[in-house]
Amino acid sequence: MSDFPRWKYALVVIVLLVGIVYALPNVFRPQPAVQISGNRGAAVDATLKTKVDALLATAKVPASAVDVNEKDGRLLARFGSVDDQAKASEALRVGLGDNYTVALNLASTVPSWLRSINANSMPLGLDLQGGVHFLMEVDQTAVIDSQENRYTDDIRALLHDKGVQYDSVTRNARGQGVNMVLRSDADRQKAASLIGADYPDLLVTDGASSGNSFVLTASVKPAKLRELSQGMITQNVTTLRQRVNQLGVSEPLIQQQGANQIVVDLAGVQDTAEAKKIIGAVATLQYRAGLYTPQQAMEAARSGSVPPDAKLYFGRDHQPYLLSKKIIASGDELVTATSGRDQQNGSPNVSVTLNSAGARKMQEFTNDNVGKPMAVLYITRTLDTKMVDGKEVKTPKVTEEVINYANISGPFGKQFQTNGLPSDNEAAELALLLRGGSLAAPVDIVSESVIGPSLGADNIDKGFKSVMLGLGLVLLAAAIYYKLFGLVADIALFFNLVLLVAVMSAIGVTLTMPGIAGIVLTLGMAIDANVLICERIREELRNGSSPLAAIRTGYDKAWATILDANVTHLLAALGLMTMGSGPIKGFGVTLFIGILTSMFTSVTVTHAITALIHGGRKLKTLSV
Amino acid sequence: MEIFNHNANFNFLGLRRFSVGLAVLLMVASVALIVTKGFNYGQDFVGGVAVDVAYANPVDTNDVRQALTKAGMENPLVQAVGGSREVTVRLQPKDDHGAAGATALSGDEAAAKVSADIMVALKAVRPDATMKSKSYVGPQVGEELRSDGIYAVLFVIVGIMGYLWIRFEKRFAIAALATEIHDVLVTLGIFALTQREFDLTVLASVLAVVGYSINDKVVVFDRVRELFRSSRNATPEEVLNRSINSTLSRTIITSLFTGITMAALFFFGGTVVHGFAITMLIGILVGTLSSIFVASPLLLWLGVSKQDLMPRAKEDPELERRP
Repeated sequence: MSDFPRWKYALVVIVLLVGIVYALPNVFRPQPAVQISGNRGAAVDATLKTKVDALLATAKVPASAVDVNEKDGRLLARFGSVDDQAKASEALRVGLGDNYTVALNLASTVPSWLRSINANSMPLGLDLQGGVHFLMEVDQTAVIDSQENRYTDDIRALLHDKGVQYDSVTRNARGQGVNMVLRSDADRQKAASLIGADYPDLLVTDGASSGNSFVLTASVKPAKLRELSQGMITQNVTTLRQRVNQLGVSEPLIQQQGANQIVVDLAGVQDTAEAKKIIGAVATLQYRAGLYTPQQAMEAARSGSVPPDAKLYFGRDHQPYLLSKKIIASGDELVTATSGRDQQNGSPNVSVTLNSAGARKMQEFTNDNVGKPMAVLYITRTLDTKMVDGKEVKTPKVTEEVINYANISGPFGKQFQTNGLPSDNEAAELALLLRGGSLAAPVDIVSESVIGPSLGADNIDKGFKSVMLGLGLVLLAAAIYYKLFGLVADIALFFNLVLLVAVMSAIGVTLTMPGIAGIVLTLGMAIDANVLICERIREELRNGSSPLAAIRTGYDKAWATILDANVTHLLAALGLMTMGSGPIKGFGVTLFIGILTSMFTSVTVTHAITALIHGGRKLKTLSV
Repeated sequence: MEIFNHNANFNFLGLRRFSVGLAVLLMVASVALIVTKGFNYGQDFVGGVAVDVAYANPVDTNDVRQALTKAGMENPLVQAVGGSREVTVRLQPKDDHGAAGATALSGDEAAAKVSADIMVALKAVRPDATMKSKSYVGPQVGEELRSDGIYAVLFVIVGIMGYLWIRFEKRFAIAALATEIHDVLVTLGIFALTQREFDLTVLASVLAVVGYSINDKVVVFDRVRELFRSSRNATPEEVLNRSINSTLSRTIITSLFTGITMAALFFFGGTVVHGFAITMLIGILVGTLSSIFVASPLLLWLGVSKQDLMPRAKEDPELERRP
C-alpha cells in the first residue's frame, strides 16, 4: 500500500466519477422535435400551445410533449418518429402562417439534473444526423474591386471639393489602385497631402510626369485589404446566420474556415434547393440616385442610347429606370431593416438603419436632393463553372434589379423610412431582401453535399459497432496475453473511453465519423502504455526481482518511455488540430484528448488498481 | 502467455545493409510512383459532377452503386437524400469511361455528359429513375488547407525534433525524422500504386501515421538510451541489437492491438472510414517494420555513442581519468 499514496486513490476515484457523470448524457438519444419561435414579436405563450395542440390533432400527429419556454420565446413539440416530425412541421408551418418560424429540431432527452451541471451530450456532426453542408468562398477580387471603385469616387470628390485641378481620376487595373493625372507638380503635392490626411490607408506614390501631366497613384495598403477582407468575412457570417434563421433551422453551424471560406452546416435540412435559394442568394444592394424622367427611361430602354452619366436598370415588373453610376450607400453599410406601418397615414413601410459611414454619405446626398428620386438596386450573383483547357474557370453571372424607386421627402441620415409600399407583404419582403442583401462581399458556393438522415443513423450504428468491436477485441486480447494485469489494463481502457467521451462532451466537440475513427485509433493505441508496463514487469521478474519490486520498477521505468512516446505523439496530434479543415481537425482534437486521458488511465488508474490488489500481501508470483 | 522468446538476440543490425537498402529502394520507388502515377484524388480535392436522381418506388443505395459500377463507372458516391426515393450520385468525369477525356470539357459539358451516362446506366436497371438536377461541384480543399497543412507539418517536424534533441540527442532526432519521412513516403507510395481514392480522411490518417510511427520509434530509442547508460563496455552494435530485441514483443503486440481496432473499423465502420482504416493499417505495418529494421541502423551510422547519452550533470575530473 505504501507504494501508492492515499491522495492518488482519491484523485482516481474523483476523476472517474466526474468522467462517468459527464459521459452519461450521451446515453440519452435526442428525440425528433419541432421548434416554433415567433417573428416580429408574435407571442409564444399558452394560447399558442392550444393552437398547436389543435393543429396537431387535426393533422392526426400525436406529440409526445409540447413545452412552452416563454423566457426564450420558443415552443418545442416532441415526436416519436422522424416521419411524425416531418408531418407535424408541415401542418404547423401551414397552420401558423408567417408570424412563426417552424424549425426541425432534435430535442435533448438528457435529464434536467445533468443539464443543470452543464453535462450535455456531444453534438453530432452532419454525417451522423443528416443535413446539408455548404462551403462558400468570399470573392477576394470583388473585395478589391469594391474598395478601389469606392476610393476612386472618394478621391474624385475630395479633389473636386478642395478645388484641386485634375485631368482625370481613374481606376488602374485590379489591385493597382487609383490613377490621377494632375496639371502641375504643385497640384500633385497638394493632392498627395490631401489624400494622405484623409485616407491614411492609401499609399500615395508619384508616377511619371511629362509636360503638364503629373501622375499620382494611390493604392490600398495590403494590411488594410487584409483587414477589410477579414471584416467582410465576419459580416458575411453574421448575414448568413440571419438568413439561415429565416430558413428556420435550429442550431445551424456557420463559421469561418481559413482566410476566405465559410462553412454552413444545416442539420435536419434535406432540401438543398430551398436552402440554396436563401443562403446562396449571393446578393448585395446599393442605393443610387434616380436620374431623368420615367419617359426618358422608357425611351432609353427602347432606343438603347443611355445618357453617359446614367445606367439603365429594370424593376421587378420590367419597368426601366435610369440610375446614377455613383453609389450612395451599399449593403455592407446597412445595419438592419424592419417592416411596419407608417404612424401618420398607416401605410406599410420599411425602416432602415445605416452604419455611421453610410449615414454620413446618405445625409450629404439627401440634403442636396430633396424631392428627387432615389432607388434601391438589388444585385444577385450566381456562378457558372466552366472547364477551359482542363482548368476550372468560374464566371459570375450578375442580375441587377431595382426593388424600390421613390422620391426623397426630406434629408435623413442614419435611420429612414421607405414609404408608399402597396401591401404589408410587399413591405415584409422588401425588409427581408434588404436584410438578407447586406452581404459585405459576394460569396460563391464552392461545394455542397447532402447527407440523408437514414445514412446518418446508419453511420452512427456502424461507428458504434466498430468502437465496441475494436474495444472488445483489444480487451479480450489483453486479458489473454497479460492475464490479471491484462484485466486491469482492460478496466483502465474502458475508463479511457468514458473519460474521452466525457471530455469531448464537456468541451462540446462535435462528433463526426472521422472523430469516431479517431476514438477507435486512440483506443488501439492507449493500450500501448499498458503493454509497456506489463513487458517491463515481466522483464523485471525474469531478472529475479520480487513481485512487488517488479511492479514498482516496472512502473518507474515504463513511465519515462510512456512520457517520451506520448509527448511526441501529442505534438503530432497538435499539428493535426491546427490544420484548418473539418475531418482533419476533428480527428486531431479526438486524438489529442485521447492521448491525455490514456496517459492518466493507463498509468495512474492501473497503478491504483494494481496496488489495491497486490498491496500489503506477500506474493510469490504475479499474474502477468 | 508469451509469444516471443525473451532470450532471443536476433542480429537485426547484421541485416542493416540489406534492410536499409530495401528501405531506400522503397522510398525511391514510392517517389517514382507518386511522380509518375500520382494520386487518385477524391472529390474533396478535385470536385465532380453531382446528379440528383428521383425514383418512383423506394430504392436501395447499394443497388444504385452496383448499377453504376456495372456500367463501368469507378468510385461513384451514392447517398440517400431525404426518404428512400431520392439519391445523389457524385462522380468525377475521369471515372466515367463514356466521358473519358472529359478533362477537356467545360464544367457544364462534363456535367451533361456524365449525368447522361449515369442516367442511361440507372434506367437500364430501374426504368422508374428520373434525373432531378445536375451540377458541377468544385473541390473543397482550398489554398488554405494547403498552406495550413504545410505549417502544421513543419510545426510537427520542428516540435518532435526539438523534443528528441533535448530529451535524447541530436542523432536520435535526425534518425527519427529520416524514418518518419520513409514511413510517410512508403504509405503514400502504396496509395499511388493501388490508386485508391485519396480524400481528406485519408490525408488525416497519413498524418496520424506520423504520430503512430514516432510513438513506435521513441520506445525503441528510449531503450537504446537506457542500455547505453547502463552498459559498461558493450559496442554500440550490441546495445542497439539488444534494444530492438527487448522491445520487440512490445513493438509487435502494440502494432497488433492497434491493427485489430483498425481492422474492426475497416470491416464494420462503413465506407466513410474505409480509406482511413486501410491507410492506418498500411502505416502501422510500414512504421513497425521501420522501427525494427531501419531506425537503429541509422543511429549506428550516425555514430551514436555512450558518451553522448550520459547525463551531463557534474563534470568530475577524478572520474574522467578513470578507465
